[in-house]
Amino acid sequence: MPRALPTHDVLVIGAGLAGQRAALAAAAQGVSVGIVSKVHPVRSHSNAAQGGINAALNPGDSWESHAFDTIKGSDYLGDQDAIEIMCREAPEEILHLEHLGVPFHRNEEGKLGTRAFGGASQARTYYVADITGQAIMHVLYEQLMKHSADVERYEEWFCTSLAIDEGNRCVGAVMRNIRNGQMELFTAKNVILASGGNGQVWSPTTNALICTGDGIAMAYRIGAALMDMEMIQYHPTTLAKKGFLITEGARGEGAHLLNAKGERFMERYAPNKMELASRDVVSRAEQTEINEGRGFPDGTVALDITVVPRKRIHEALREIVLVGRDFAGVDITREPIHIKPGNHYTMGGVKTDINGATAVAGLYAAGEVACVSVHGGNRLGANSLLDTLIFGRRAGEHAAARAKRIEHGRPSNQTLEREERMVSEVVGRQHGSGRRVSEIRRELGETMDRHVSVFRDEEGIQTALEIVRRLKEEAASAYVDDRGAVFNQDVLGAIELGFMVDCAECSCVAALERKESRGAQFRTDFPQRDDEEWLKHIDLVPNGGGPEVAYSEVTLTKWEPQERTY
Amino acid sequence: MAEYTIKVRRYQPDGEDVPRGPYWQEFEVELDPTLSVLDGLLQARDRDDGSLAVRCSCRAAICGSCGVKVNGQSTLACLTQIGEAHERANRMNGNGEVTGGDSEQGELSPAGGNPIVIEPMGNMPVLKDLVVDMESTHWEKMRRVTPWLLDDGDPPERERIVEPEAMVDITQTIACIQCGACVSACLSMEADPDFIGPAALAKAYRFVGDPRDVETRERLYDLAQDPHGIYDCTHCFSCVDACPKGVAPMDQIMRLRRAAGEEKINDRNNGHRHEIAFTKIIRKKGTLDEAELLQESYAAGVGGKLKPSKRAIVGLAQSMPTAVRGIKSGKMRSIPKLIPGVHHKLPGDAQEHVQRIYEHAEEHKTELNLYITGEEEILENAQGDEPPEAAETGAPDDRMGGGAGSLPRTDLVGGGAPGTQATDGVPTDRTELVDEGGARPTDQADREDEER
Repeated sequence: MPRALPTHDVLVIGAGLAGQRAALAAAAQGVSVGIVSKVHPVRSHSNAAQGGINAALNPGDSWESHAFDTIKGSDYLGDQDAIEIMCREAPEEILHLEHLGVPFHRNEEGKLGTRAFGGASQARTYYVADITGQAIMHVLYEQLMKHSADVERYEEWFCTSLAIDEGNRCVGAVMRNIRNGQMELFTAKNVILASGGNGQVWSPTTNALICTGDGIAMAYRIGAALMDMEMIQYHPTTLAKKGFLITEGARGEGAHLLNAKGERFMERYAPNKMELASRDVVSRAEQTEINEGRGFPDGTVALDITVVPRKRIHEALREIVLVGRDFAGVDITREPIHIKPGNHYTMGGVKTDINGATAVAGLYAAGEVACVSVHGGNRLGANSLLDTLIFGRRAGEHAAARAKRIEHGRPSNQTLEREERMVSEVVGRQHGSGRRVSEIRRELGETMDRHVSVFRDEEGIQTALEIVRRLKEEAASAYVDDRGAVFNQDVLGAIELGFMVDCAECSCVAALERKESRGAQFRTDFPQRDDEEWLKHIDLVPNGGGPEVAYSEVTLTKWEPQERTY
Repeated sequence: MAEYTIKVRRYQPDGEDVPRGPYWQEFEVELDPTLSVLDGLLQARDRDDGSLAVRCSCRAAICGSCGVKVNGQSTLACLTQIGEAHERANRMNGNGEVTGGDSEQGELSPAGGNPIVIEPMGNMPVLKDLVVDMESTHWEKMRRVTPWLLDDGDPPERERIVEPEAMVDITQTIACIQCGACVSACLSMEADPDFIGPAALAKAYRFVGDPRDVETRERLYDLAQDPHGIYDCTHCFSCVDACPKGVAPMDQIMRLRRAAGEEKINDRNNGHRHEIAFTKIIRKKGTLDEAELLQESYAAGVGGKLKPSKRAIVGLAQSMPTAVRGIKSGKMRSIPKLIPGVHHKLPGDAQEHVQRIYEHAEEHKTELNLYITGEEEILENAQGDEPPEAAETGAPDDRMGGGAGSLPRTDLVGGGAPGTQATDGVPTDRTELVDEGGARPTDQADREDEER
C-alpha cells in the first residue's frame, strides 16, 4: 500500500544554528516546514562555538567598521555586498536572540556587554560565558519545541541524497530513519541545506565526528557549484593530541602566546594586534615558530591564560578550565597550556547568493555548508555564528516566499530505489574484500593535515590529490560489519566517507589551482598575494570524474584591496 | 600505550548470529591511558566490530551524545579517561563492590584486574547497545516544564535590562548539554518513573531564575503541585555526581523549592510545610524528631497550641500506614520516638553550635555557582582557614569518583561550602555544612576586591 510521503514547503537538512534559524524563519511566514537532522538537534556542532557573536551594536561602533574588519580579515576575497548585509543586520539579530531568552553577558548597567576578539577594531563580541553557541542553539531549540505545531522535527534521520526533477530542480531528498532503517523520499518545494562543514576530512580537527561535509558533497553531486574550497581555517589554539578547541575568547580576555623561550612572538608578526590578529596570521606565526625550532618538543607553543584575573577566568572561560583539566591535565589558571594550529573551519562550501539560493533551483544553503562568501580567505572569530543566523534566516524567508509562488515538483521515481539499492550494496559488500571505513578515514585525515594545511606547496597538494583519488576508489568498496536496520551507524559511516572524499578532492583541486597566497591559503611556492591575477573565486562543478574549475568575480562595493597588516 | 579490556553490555535488536536479548561482550583495546573510554569504544568499533552502536560526536564533553554508565556510574564516555576507569574497576574489585555488571564480574583482563564495564544509561529504554531512547523519556519530561521563555509578549526596542548576576546565575543551568547522565543516575526516577527529574527541573530553574520570564509563580505552582514535581526529589546527590558540566541539578531543584516557599505556595504534596517543619525541629533539637516532624508537617505549632485543621487530621491519618510500615520494617526502631516530646537532647553545648549554623546561614544568603567562583578559591580559602589535613579532606574527589566531571558544589545557600567538606562522619546535608570548613562568599569577595 502506498504511504503518504512526508511533504513540506520547506525542508531544512541540518539542525544546528543555521538550520534551526531557517526553519523558524520559514515557519514564521506560514508555510509548512520540516527539519531533519542526523543527530538530535542539540548535538549539532554549533555547540562548539565558544567565544561569541559579532555585532556593531554599541553606540560608538558602526556596521561599516564591522564590515571593514571582516573584509580585511577575508584578505579581500569576501563578497562585500554579502558582508554589508551580514554586518547591517547583525544588531537586530542579537536583539532578537536576547528577546527569545539567550542569557547574554551583561555589563554593570544590565545592558549587553562585549568582549574583544581577533581581527576586530572594537570589542563587539556578545557572549554567554564561553558556551555562546550552545546557549543560542538551546534557546532556538526551545523555540522549535514551542512551535512544534508549525515545524515538524525529524530527529536522527540521515539524508543520503538530494532529489531532483527532470528540469534539474531540487524537489526533495531521500532520508534514512536511523532508528529503524526505513528509507523515505521527502518531497519539498525547497530544500535548505544547513548541514555544516567538513572538518572531519582533516585529522586532527576541532570539528565533531558528524562534520563530514554531507551537504557540500550532496549539493555538488546534483550540480551546485562549490566555491572557495581551498580556504580551510586552521585555528591558532587547539590541543595538540586531539585537536580540541581553546576559544579565541582566551586571547580576547588577554591571554598571551609564548614560544619555548618564553617570548611573546606575535610582536614579530603583528606588532599592533599581537595575539588578536586574524586567525590565519596567528596560525602562520605559530607554525613558523614551531618549524624554526622555537616551539616545544611536542610541536607546540604555549597559551598563557594565567595573566587573566582568575575570577574573570571562572566567569568567562569556564569551559576552557574544564577542557584544560579534563583533556590536557592542565590547570589553565595556574600554568600555560600547549597548543598548536589545528583544522577548524571550512570557509568554502556551496556557492549561494545573498538569500542563500544556490545554482540549483529549489536548493538553498546556509551556515558552514554554504559559501556566500562572507568569510573569503579567512573567517574572523565570532563571525560564524552570525553567518549561520543571518543567512539561515534569509534562506528560510526566501524559500518560504518561493514556496508560496510555486507548485510541488515531482522527484524522479527512481530516486528512492536508487538510494535503497546503494544502501543494500554497501551492506552486502563482501567482508574483507576491501579496506575498513575507519582505515580509509584515518589515512584521508592524516594526508590532508600533512599537505593541505597552514603552509602548502604544489608538490604536497599534488601528492594529497593522488592519495585522495585512490582513497575515493577504495571508499567505494569499503566494507561494513553491521547488516541490521536499527541504528546502523556502520553503513552511515560508509556513506559519510563517500561525502568526505568528494570534499577532499575539491579542496585539493582548488588549492592547487590558486597560485598565490591569500588568507588561509599560503603557498610557499607563491608566497605573495596577487590581486591582478587572483582576486577571484574558484568555483567547482562536477564534470565526470572530478571537479571542473571555473572562476567568478569578487564583489567589491566600497573597499578597495590594500595591504593587510595587523 | 596500554592494554585494556572493556566489557560492553550489548543489545542487537536485529543483529545476525547474536543472542536475542542483552549480552556482554569484551573487547581488547590499546591506547594511551589519558585517552577516553569513548576512544576505547571507537577503537573497538573501528577494529573489531562496526556494529557496536554508541552515539558520539564532539569527543569533548560539549555535545552530550555519549552518556553511558562506566563501572556503574552515569557519565560521558568521552570525559572518562580510560586509565582512570581501569583503576577504578580494579579498586571496586578490591572493595568487593558491585561494579554495575552482573555476576560475571571478577574475570581478569589481560592487562590485569577487572574489565572496564560499560553499559547503556539507566531509566531509559535501550534501542541498541549503548544507544537509549531519550525521546520518550528525557525529552518528554523536558517538554513537560514548558521549556521556553514566557515573556510579556512586548519586547523592548533594545535588549531587556537585567541584573548581570541574574544572567550568570542561569548560565549554570544553560550549561546543561542534555546528555541525560543525571536522568540515568536519578534514584527518585527509578522509584517513580513519572518524576519530572533532574534535567527537566534544572531547565525549569533556567526560566524561574530568568528575570525576563513573567510566569515565575505559575511555573512554581505547577511544579510544586505536581506529585512528580520538585518535592519528589529525595535529595540523594546522584545527579550532582553524575553531571559532567557542573549544573548540579539537585541544587537547582532546591532553588525551585526555596522560590516556591518564598511565593508561599503551600503545595498539596505537603512538601513545603515538611521542609519548614524539618528545619524548625533541627534548630530546636539538633537531630530529627520523627514523631514531631509528622505533626509539624501537617499542623505547624505543636507544643501546646495544636489546633489541627480538618485537612491536617486527614493528612495525619493517611500517614499512619507509613508509620506502621516503618515500625514493621525496622526503619523506625525506637518506639518511644513515636511519642511527641520524648526526644534526646544533644550533648553539651552542641545545640548552641547548631543555632550558630542557622544564624550563619541566614546571614549569608548569597548563592554562588561555578561561573562566579571556581573550585580553587574554595580550596585556597580552606587552606587558609584550616589546618592542612582539613583542607585535604575538602579537596575535590578524584575525577573518576564523581562521574568524571564532578566539581565541588559551591552554590550552597548560606556559606558556599563545598559539599565534599563533610568530615567526622557528619552527614552531608547542606544545613550542616556551613561551619568553619568552607569558604565564606563574603570574605572571598572581599579578598578578590583587594586583589584588584
